[in-house]
Amino acid sequence: MNILIVGVGGQGTLLASKVLGRYAVLCGKDCKLSEVHGMSQRGGSVVTHVRIGDKVHSPVIWAGAADVILAFEVLEAARMKHFLRPGGILLVNDVRILPMPCITGAAKYPAGLKEHMLEDINGAYFIPAGEIAEQAGSVRSANVVMIGAMCRLFGFDKAKMRQAVSDCVPEKFAEINLAAFDLGYNRVKK
Amino acid sequence: MKELMLTNHAVARGAYEAGARVLSAYPGTPSTEIAESFVKYDDVYAEWAPNEKVALEVAVGAAVAGARAMACMKHVGLNVAADPLFTAAYTGVNGGLVIVVADDPGMHSSQNEQDSRFYARSAHIMMLEPSDAQEAKDFTKLAFELSERYDTPVLLRLTTRVAHSRGLVELCDREDVKLRPYEKSVTKYTMMPASAILRHQVVEERDIELANMVNTLDVNRVERSRRGGKIGVVCSGVVYQYVKEALPDASIFKVGTVYPLPIKAIEKFASSVQQLYVIEELEPFIENQLKKAGIKCKGKEIFSLQGELSVLKILEKFNRNVPVPTPAKVPGRPPVMCAGCPHRGVFYVLSKLKLTVNGDIGCYTLGATPPLSAVDTVLCMGASIGMAHGFKKATKGVSRNVAVIGDSTFIHSGITGLINAVYNESGITLIILDNSTTGMTGHQDHPATGRNLKGEKAPAVLLDDLCRACGVKDISIVDAYDIAAVEDAVKKGLASPEVSVIIAQRPCVLLDKRVKPFMETDGCRNCGKCMQIGCPAISRTADGVKIDPDQCTGCGVCAKVCPFGAIKEGVRK
Repeated sequence: MNILIVGVGGQGTLLASKVLGRYAVLCGKDCKLSEVHGMSQRGGSVVTHVRIGDKVHSPVIWAGAADVILAFEVLEAARMKHFLRPGGILLVNDVRILPMPCITGAAKYPAGLKEHMLEDINGAYFIPAGEIAEQAGSVRSANVVMIGAMCRLFGFDKAKMRQAVSDCVPEKFAEINLAAFDLGYNRVKK
Repeated sequence: MKELMLTNHAVARGAYEAGARVLSAYPGTPSTEIAESFVKYDDVYAEWAPNEKVALEVAVGAAVAGARAMACMKHVGLNVAADPLFTAAYTGVNGGLVIVVADDPGMHSSQNEQDSRFYARSAHIMMLEPSDAQEAKDFTKLAFELSERYDTPVLLRLTTRVAHSRGLVELCDREDVKLRPYEKSVTKYTMMPASAILRHQVVEERDIELANMVNTLDVNRVERSRRGGKIGVVCSGVVYQYVKEALPDASIFKVGTVYPLPIKAIEKFASSVQQLYVIEELEPFIENQLKKAGIKCKGKEIFSLQGELSVLKILEKFNRNVPVPTPAKVPGRPPVMCAGCPHRGVFYVLSKLKLTVNGDIGCYTLGATPPLSAVDTVLCMGASIGMAHGFKKATKGVSRNVAVIGDSTFIHSGITGLINAVYNESGITLIILDNSTTGMTGHQDHPATGRNLKGEKAPAVLLDDLCRACGVKDISIVDAYDIAAVEDAVKKGLASPEVSVIIAQRPCVLLDKRVKPFMETDGCRNCGKCMQIGCPAISRTADGVKIDPDQCTGCGVCAKVCPFGAIKEGVRK
């Protein structure tokens, strides 16, 4: 099981990968994660790899081998969608964050990215994770909304994934995050 | 019970379990988390040193005094620590000494792609290379053991993909390792010609002994393919993990000690396969040694010297039938200074004044990227000051250049450059971007922040006093957000024939967790002036400029550059 988490530095992709790692431990599986620290975290593209299985070697997923891509931003989904295997699931937070070349006018944020991905990829889903997170009580739980939605789309064990969420967030935010998880879970249907 | 651990945390755990008492380090991606994790254990001492040279000297001192000790750094940090490294190979140790060096193939967060394995070879220090978190912990413990058994420092090499990956790790208890007695020995610990000549012989004898021993060490092992393939692969580190997935029919010689190499064992392995490959990232370090020993193999004639390897790259080279999907052509997303970053206004001023900027290593290296495009040169830690001095000397003082360095980098290795500029009278202008932290590596304290690695209060070096003590007379302290004051100070500095230091102060905006004010436009004429500061919170539409209140921190630099006074502070609901 290969899950690629992509987004923009500062969006909370690391927490999402920690939850999935915890889920693997709760399921008694082998697991490897590969993270990005340092320079690219400063508002750049960030990619986290999560691999779960009976025995995992490479901590890094390769192009064409991801079962799920969890994308926290539309342009980042488009950038990394070639990592998806045929038949895989691309779950996208339907939000646009302009990269600096688009802010300065050196490049244009491409139009129609969402429409193209929905057309080309059977397993593409877009949800407004930020808005859903606000309903749960904090816009910062958008990452957990995404995990909830992914849990349903891919058919992960819901009880174990909820457990993993509450194991990975500070206790005082557990309630909000579990609410965010449930809202994300109920938002999608395969 | 197994725990999912970051490899860097597993190294710290290994040191803890091995009974290590002292750790000294300077932050550097991808090595930083080792020290941060080690300090949390009981009964250990860990610190941030001002640079890697000091860190290694501290660790050598602790080891000679009888403790198991560790120093950690990134690959370029080992250049800084190379001086003590080479001679520590001569003195040997007392308590075990392990030096962790983290290379960065692919340059995720570095200025070069150097291969630290050559240090092991040229300093004659054993080097172990683990391939995941569990091995990192096991190898760390083994490194301490070997260090004491063979009276040598031991290097532990990581690469970014190992250091910053997580894997399951089995935890053990801490060994009770007693402090070894220290015995004075001029011939062993006082390195001057008479004793060093004798120690050099010891180094050579040890090298031969280790080169024999590693052939039977179990971290160097053969994994036979059950699929009866004809090829053999020699590899180590994360590349081993890639090979396991890419070439399941290959037999593998997994190298645990990259220096010295188990040449005899590899020779035997080579004779058991039809074609031998060496797959390694960066330089042909293993390959060339095998070729020198007369072992036929293929390596860099197939694989690049640059960047990281991957499962897919290996599959491609072996013509395995895999579709390689092509990435979509979309605009890049380079890293940027955060909204509210105190460096932004300073670089805006330097860009506006069209100065040559000798930059340095840290978040503020991003001052080189558009639209600010202010920085001209970046070389290594502390080089901004030496290079600015060189510019002045080359042009007989005519060049309009300034040096820009962060507070942590200034402490690391900027001070000596400043002393040189004062002593040799170049009259440079130096801007210290003092954001009270080591920013890029994730907010570590340093000798000028008033906190230590544990987060406890500590004596703070005062940067202005320090500069004064170096002989600088012209020192000004400005608020980094006050761009008019910054501009004024820079102009004065450039006009002065003496060395001038401008300390632009503002803590890193990410450190301040309070709810922050925000700016909004009112009567924007869409002139685009504020777009020149490159703030990620500001974007331009046909109706004028918009400021994202969620990203904005109210630093007000945009308001100061707006020629129409059309940006004002908003009110948070």
